[in-house]
Formats: sequence, structure tokens, C-alpha cells
Amino acid sequence: MSFLHYWRAMSGIVGRELWRFVTQRERFISALVRPLVWLFVFAAGFRAALGLAISPPYETYILYEVYITPGLCGMIQLFNGMQSSLSMVYDREMGSMRTLLVCPLQRWFLLLSKLLAGTAVSVLQVYVFLAIASLYDIHVPLKGYWMVLPALLLSGLMLGALGLLLSSFIKQLENFAGVMNFVIFPMFFMSTALYPLWKIKESSALLYNLAQYNPFSQAVELTRFALYGQFNLHACLYTLGSFIVCMTIAIIGYNPSKGMMMKKKGGESSNS
Amino acid sequence: MKNKLLTYLFPKRDICRSIVVSLALLATTVQAETVFVSLEKDNALASIDPIEGKLIKTVPIGQRPRGLALSSDNKFLFVATSDDNTIRMLDAETLKELAKLPSGKDPETFALSPNGEKLYVSNEDDSLVTVIDLTTKKAVHEIKVGVEPEGITISPDNQWLISASETTNMVHWIDTKTNVIVENTLVDPRPRAVNFTADSQQLWVTSEMAGTVMVLDAKTKQPIKTIKLEVEGVTFDKIQPVGVVIDKERKHAYIALGPANRVAVINAQTYEIEKVLLVGQRVWNLAFSPDQKRLYTTNGTSNDISIIDLDTQTVTKSVGVGTYPWGVAVKP
Repeated sequence: MSFLHYWRAMSGIVGRELWRFVTQRERFISALVRPLVWLFVFAAGFRAALGLAISPPYETYILYEVYITPGLCGMIQLFNGMQSSLSMVYDREMGSMRTLLVCPLQRWFLLLSKLLAGTAVSVLQVYVFLAIASLYDIHVPLKGYWMVLPALLLSGLMLGALGLLLSSFIKQLENFAGVMNFVIFPMFFMSTALYPLWKIKESSALLYNLAQYNPFSQAVELTRFALYGQFNLHACLYTLGSFIVCMTIAIIGYNPSKGMMMKKKGGESSNS
Repeated sequence: MKNKLLTYLFPKRDICRSIVVSLALLATTVQAETVFVSLEKDNALASIDPIEGKLIKTVPIGQRPRGLALSSDNKFLFVATSDDNTIRMLDAETLKELAKLPSGKDPETFALSPNGEKLYVSNEDDSLVTVIDLTTKKAVHEIKVGVEPEGITISPDNQWLISASETTNMVHWIDTKTNVIVENTLVDPRPRAVNFTADSQQLWVTSEMAGTVMVLDAKTKQPIKTIKLEVEGVTFDKIQPVGVVIDKERKHAYIALGPANRVAVINAQTYEIEKVLLVGQRVWNLAFSPDQKRLYTTNGTSNDISIIDLDTQTVTKSVGVGTYPWGVAVKP
């Protein structure tokens, strides 16, 4: 296998995913509706809050909708990461992944390509969301718009890898509701996406610890700092570490001889 | 020949020249200015470098410092230390005290005449305005005004001294030559701050209880516009306008909205509210930078000042300064 083979496979997978996203108008719009509802409806309810105390990367008082914007970018990536990875459950049985998994390329490479494809879509969604937010008077420094790109790539990869990891455990797509209730919502609400850490600390020490060690919090903070032209080393390392851990387990999980596929098969055969 | 020699000696002459030019440009564009802030609870005066966004130092000044002003030549700084019943005159460079002026009881706000000869103090408890001669440093006159005078200002052409009485709900037009009230104008409840436009044609008056700002014509001394201050999502009781400043070109007026924690940006031609900027808590007084590119706000209960970039009309930074920042003055 030459480098060209790998490149062709990766660009094919990423390109196909992006093309699918752009051409499927309903999917494009519905992906934006969720964060926009949060921004225009949920955050608007808190507009009366007379500013939040200053905490980095902010240098002055901000409105609540400004605070939750990076959190909503994270939300887009969280849902996208879970959805695109969980769609592999279906894809594996019926779709393109079935063909891909039997091609002579390394399995980890195919998974990584699939992950990159999902991340590319989520980055596109975030930029469209930020453009709409700017019309709503939520501006970040100009350099923040390009500085956030590597942060979004890393957080997108990490959340996608988490989705991959989960999808390796899931037998049927119907289990997505369980993922929503047990993974997406707790991860989102127990994070710094909606409230700053110091505010969570005021209400509960346990919640504070959970939020602090939640990888989604760190991904959101990485995005938040990058949007304001700053680099948060701790958040970056934490997100990178979480990505490596999730990806490694997902690759093992997808290994037909060792991972969860084996167990699943066993489970399926025993059921039948 | 000379050019060849120079090129030989300094092959990267152009680069050197551009570096020198850049440095010179940098030196001219980023002019250092000092923001002075009186700290009511700390009994101190804070100096802030607004370009760096840092507190430089804090010096003890006297009991309960509030009103603050610089002389027009920027050499002297005046601070009303209310609980000491005096106004302190300081060297604006060294902050050494030069004199204590006989302000009368509980001085809070005062105004300096544009020629630097007189200082006019509101004496809230006595319903008086005390006139101090800065040459002799003596109180030379007392003018009886309405109940609880607070806001005080002088027109840039030195014709009118304005005193606003909080309880009487009036602004008093005092002739600076005779020190006599020529006319009174009834304004909205609890007038707090007053300020003239640079051309002395308009007087802007904020009314704390009504949540309004009134624009008065200096010729007729009658209101030409009453602007109701409203902020989306903020209840009416929190909108208590205090400080007001208007830029030199009379394009925009800026109003501190007190516990609404916001500064209203008003188009001074159409009198429409163009924007509302979130700053610290209980924003009280405002001051322009000398080039009017920035606006500084004192935020009483969040213990900081906010810096507003007026080109972009955004709040760029809030800097912690000490407890209960009150007055603000900017020295070039």
C-alpha cells in the first residue's frame, strides 16, 4: 500500500461526508437549529443577568449569550461526533463502511479517516453557527476565527473518538436514545458549556469535580480560549490525552479478533 | 558616491530606516495617559495605565474621596474628600498635596472654571454652592440653591455655572460673572449629573429616578428632548442614569446607567439609543481619554473600571482598582 492509496482513501471518505452534508439541506439546517434555539431562546432568558464575573479568557464583563457561544460550538461537535460515529453501527451493517472494512487498508486508518470526515463536518457547522451568532452581535476578535480552527479539529476528533468508542459497544442503532440519556446530556450539562466552573463550585463540590474532569469541559475551554486568541495548554493536553485514550480503545474495540466486535458476534449468535 | 558608500557601510539601510520609523510611529500612537480614580471606601487615589490595563499605584488621600478633576493645564489634581470637609489640591505629577481648599461641609462634586481661576463646590447638606478663588485659595462666595445640590458643571465658554438640585428637581442657571441664579429649569425627578456639549449650546441632565436624560437648549433653557433610557432584559428600577459625557463633535453621548451595569451610547444628533455596553456593577462616572478614543467608567460595587474603545464601541477590559471607585479624571 503506497501513501497515495491512503491519501485517496482518506480524501474520498472526508470528501464524501462533506458532500453529503452540504447537499442534504435538511441535515444542514437541522444541525444548526439545536444550538441556535439554545442561543436565541435559552440564553435570551438569562439576558437579564447583569453580567458574569470576569474569568479568563474574558477581560471584561460579558453577557450570558457570549459565555455560552463556545459551549454551543462544543455542543455541535458533541452531537455531530456521536451521531456520525454511531451511524457507523448502521454503516457497518448496510452502508459504505461494510465495503471499507474489507478493503486492504489498515482498520485504524479507516476509522481515523471516518473520524476526520465527521470532524470536518462539525467544523463546518461551527463556522456557520459562529457566522449566524455574529449577526446576533456576538463577536470574537478576528484572529479568534482562525485560531479556533485547530482547537475545533482537536475537540472534534476527541468527541468523535468517544463516539467511535461507544459505537464499538453498541449493537443496534436504537440504542442511540440510551447514548443521549447516559452520555450526551450528562456530558453537556456537567461541563463548563453552560456555567463557569466557579459558579458550579458555589452550588456543589461534587458537580465541580465532575465538570472539571469532564473531557467535554476541557474541549469547550480549549475552544473558548482559542476564540479569544489565547492558548489553554492544560485544556489542549487534556483533550489530546482523551482523544488518544478513546481512539486506542475504539481501535481495539473494532478489531474483529480482539475487540467488542467479537463479543458482539458472540452475543448475537447466542441470542439467535 | 556618498550613497554608494552608505550602502556599502549599511547594506540593510532600508530595514534600519523602517525600524526607526516604526518605533517613532509606535511612540506617537501609543501615548501614555494616566487615569486617576478616587476610591470612596479605601480612602485612596488609584493611578491606572489604561493602555497596559494595569493599576500603577494607590496612594492614601483622605476620608471618603469622591469628586475628582484636573486643572485645564493638567498640572493640578483636585479631590473632594467628603468626610474631611475639604477639597485637596495635589500636584498631578507627584500627587503631593499642595493645599486644602475650604469647600464647606461634605463636598462631593465640584466644577473648575475653564480659565482655572475658580472652583465651584456643591454643598448637599446646606443647599449651597461655594465659590473658591484658586489664586487666594479662599471661599469667596456662597450661592443659595435648591435642596440637595449635586450635579455641577460650567459651560466651556465660561458663561454658565449649572447646579442640579436632587430634591427640588431643578437645574439652576448661574451667571458666572455675577454668581446669581438667572433661571431655573424644572427637570425629571432626582437630577444627578449635568454636562455641556463642547459648543456650550446644549446641557444634558440625567435623572436618576425617572431613568431619563434631558437635553436642554442653553439659549431658551428649556428641554428640547427627553430620552427615556431602556435596556432590553433589564427592569426599569435598575436603570438609574448618573454620569453623562458628550464627545467634542457632538456625535455621541455616553450615559452611565448605575445599577443596570451598562453605558448607553446615544446618537447626539438624533437622540436615539444606538447601543448599550455591559460594564461593571453600579457604573457611576465617566471620562474620555484626551484623544476621545476611549471612555473610562468607574464601577462602584464591582471595584473596577471598564475601558471602552470608542472606535469599535466595545468594552475592551475591566481593571480592578480598589474598593468603591467613584470619580475619574484622565491626565495626558
